[in-house]
Amino acid sequence: MTPRRAFRLLGTLLLLAFIFCLVPPDGTGTGSGAALAQQSADAQTAATGIAAPKLTAEDYPTIAGVNARVVVWLAAQLHLWFAAFVLAVPIFVFIIEAIGMWSRDRRYDDMAYEFIKISIAAYSLTAVLGGLLVFSLIVFYPHLTQYLGAIFKETMFYYALLFFVESAALYLYYYGWHWLQGGFRKWVHLTIGLLLNAAGTTLMFLANGWLTFMMSPAGIDPSGAFTGDVWTALHNHLWNPINIHRMVANVAYGGSIVGAYAAFKFLSASGAKEKAHYDWMGYTANFIAICALLPLPFAGYYLAAEIYAYSQQMGITLMGGIFAWLFIIQAVLIGTLFLSANYYLWCGMARSEGAARYYPYIKYIAVVLIGAFLVWFTPHTLVLTNEELKALGGPYHKYLGPLGIMPAKNTAVNVMILFTALSFLLYRRANRVVTVPWEKAGNAVQVALFSAGIVNIFFLGIYHGYFTNTVYKVASSIPQVITTLVVIAVSILIDAMMYRGAKEVAPLRWGRVPDRAQYALFLLAVAFTWLMGLMGYIRSGIRQHWHVVGVFRDNSPDAFTPTLGYAANVVSVGTMIFMAMVIFVFWLSQISGVKREPDGYWKEQRA
Amino acid sequence: MKIFAAVILFSLATIGFFTWFSNFGIPQVTPAPPPKEEVLDLGAMTMDQFAALGERIFNGRGTCKLCHNPVGGRAPLLDKIGEVVPTRLNAENYKGKASDVESYLYESMVDSSAYVVAGFGKAGTNDTVSPMPNVTGGSIKLSDAEIKSVIAYLQKSNGLEITVEIPKDAEAAPETDEAGPREPFATVEDMFTEFACVGCHKLGVGEEEGDIGPDLRQIGTLRDRDYLRRSLLDPNADIAKGFEPDAMPPDYGQQLYAVELEMIVDHLAGLK
Repeated sequence: MTPRRAFRLLGTLLLLAFIFCLVPPDGTGTGSGAALAQQSADAQTAATGIAAPKLTAEDYPTIAGVNARVVVWLAAQLHLWFAAFVLAVPIFVFIIEAIGMWSRDRRYDDMAYEFIKISIAAYSLTAVLGGLLVFSLIVFYPHLTQYLGAIFKETMFYYALLFFVESAALYLYYYGWHWLQGGFRKWVHLTIGLLLNAAGTTLMFLANGWLTFMMSPAGIDPSGAFTGDVWTALHNHLWNPINIHRMVANVAYGGSIVGAYAAFKFLSASGAKEKAHYDWMGYTANFIAICALLPLPFAGYYLAAEIYAYSQQMGITLMGGIFAWLFIIQAVLIGTLFLSANYYLWCGMARSEGAARYYPYIKYIAVVLIGAFLVWFTPHTLVLTNEELKALGGPYHKYLGPLGIMPAKNTAVNVMILFTALSFLLYRRANRVVTVPWEKAGNAVQVALFSAGIVNIFFLGIYHGYFTNTVYKVASSIPQVITTLVVIAVSILIDAMMYRGAKEVAPLRWGRVPDRAQYALFLLAVAFTWLMGLMGYIRSGIRQHWHVVGVFRDNSPDAFTPTLGYAANVVSVGTMIFMAMVIFVFWLSQISGVKREPDGYWKEQRA
Repeated sequence: MKIFAAVILFSLATIGFFTWFSNFGIPQVTPAPPPKEEVLDLGAMTMDQFAALGERIFNGRGTCKLCHNPVGGRAPLLDKIGEVVPTRLNAENYKGKASDVESYLYESMVDSSAYVVAGFGKAGTNDTVSPMPNVTGGSIKLSDAEIKSVIAYLQKSNGLEITVEIPKDAEAAPETDEAGPREPFATVEDMFTEFACVGCHKLGVGEEEGDIGPDLRQIGTLRDRDYLRRSLLDPNADIAKGFEPDAMPPDYGQQLYAVELEMIVDHLAGLK
């Protein structure tokens, strides 16, 4: 076997290891069924187990003037933001580098290098914040830390060791970038990138196991003691749904942060060449963010469905209880994300005169997107006084009330995603004209495909959502998602075939994009950061007064669930701290390339 | 520097808008404080008290009565346990390890598919898989002592000898239900969730709502406030056409505070 083949084999094995991690739970660790019954029976006979401590408020150490929950909350959230960034960037750097290798286009390689350069300083900040989180937990929640440590001791130990692997891979990947260029050396470099991603993703999966155990504990016997093994605890009911959701969200988030970096560099650039470079970089980052943003609602829906499947009570708390209004805030943020991503694409059409053909369509897409956003934004139950209740004739508005339930929102988000894909298709066509003889037929098929897809999404949403029983109502969301994905995939495929060998009608001038487009990228990054903070709060908040749901009760003075306004204030403070740190990281990457020669400072200069 | 300031101001304005909307654009509902924790003193409990605990769990947190009632027909009735259990233990399709009523009832709560009563299996399984969840898991999460208290209640209500022993280890059986004076519920939805109203009634608040009781989504057009209040306090006073008496717990008058009762009446009267 040649060394080259050996590296390829290693890469394949690492990918297989990933896929193995995503094998669905086998039922031994959670919920219901004969397996759990057997486990319960076995547990009764087990003499040992890790019992959850029963604490009182006095068992939680305090420091005068410090709110323990807010400190841990902020440390965890800041760590997560940076971790998401430094996990996501190597994923798409790896992909961009591979594209550069395949196309032999050096621009991709240069851009991939610039991306990874940004994440280097962020990496150490991630570790520092991780340390702050661990110390905060030890200081303020020692019993919880000890309990989780007892259950997850193996994973925590290997987690720490894996940091060495990740650090070594990252530094080798970054510092060896220009050293490992060309031929076999490039393959070696790419394999190091794969190793870096394997280590980073495994780290995330391990940490996800700890937090999902707190939500959906597995291996617990009827008395509440943990009697399972570490795999049972790790492979709990919500582990894979969170793994998938975070993986996709991290990529979208990483894209948005890098996009903001490129936007700032674009605005600060003085020369046309520099502007063109950062315009292209911003576009690529936004493209990555959108690609991950499109499947993100589906990953979120899957996670919510699994929360329901694990505990209907927790599901009701999430969607229909005290947190229900949080989803109206989420609707505002998702609307912001989709509108800003689309707005950036529309502004980007100014790069080519050929785009003028498509300008008339933009206003219709905008109307549909805003309409879909408003449907998502419509609450189901309104909080009303008795007088208002009487005036309205009930807690639901006669016409808008039906828009408050999930079938309407599923329909809206699928339409939003389809029209975002349409924006992207129009953008791709901006500077080119088709040369294949079947242009009309191809366009007709695409129009028919979109029309049929939208009709099907509406049919599924309206008929099954309002005129059939609950089973079909919930189940109809799956064919809706499949419809959306099929329409996007097939239309992009047709488009790619139609535009193969297409003629450029007007050149695509990178750098010729209005400044306001860059603010759309900032909006995307800020909204994404804030949204992650908000959803992090609800993920943790649905545990309510439990450290580990149903097993380990939180008896600290902060065990109450705060109002959404209070949570939003904490998220905003966290976002501002994060932004300040990110600006510091970007500034570091900027000054690292500056070399100044002070006049008359060094001995030889004086001579 | 000008660009930097502009970007910072833009970002802060965005964060400010999200913060403002979260504080003033939506209602600020203050969630109820965590329920108080009570540790059962099992050592001082009589068997009657232990069975009474089982009855509370059967009708409340255990959600047993949602299905095991004569109206909905979702699950077998539990009024002739003494007669049917010996027959089931000898049945060909019995797959469990129980040997008497006590162990059978325990087994049926943690491994309900060990024996599936004809006609009550999951759809498409030919009565080989039971739809009943394991009561030690999911959102029910009964402890060992709580399961035994339910068995004591079932044995007592069937006129059988109570064979279970009250566990002596009080630490093993904390009851995490609310105990003592609790804080009032903030919203009608919280009460619907707590009392599992949608398990029997359609109220238009959840994805899955039951049909054991009358559909209440437009009850305000049919009934006045006095009728609705009476139905909550004395469910058997007026029985809707097509429904049976005794299906609804009769003790909401004891469980609800007056202000909560009026909130529900107001809400139902507004459903038009």
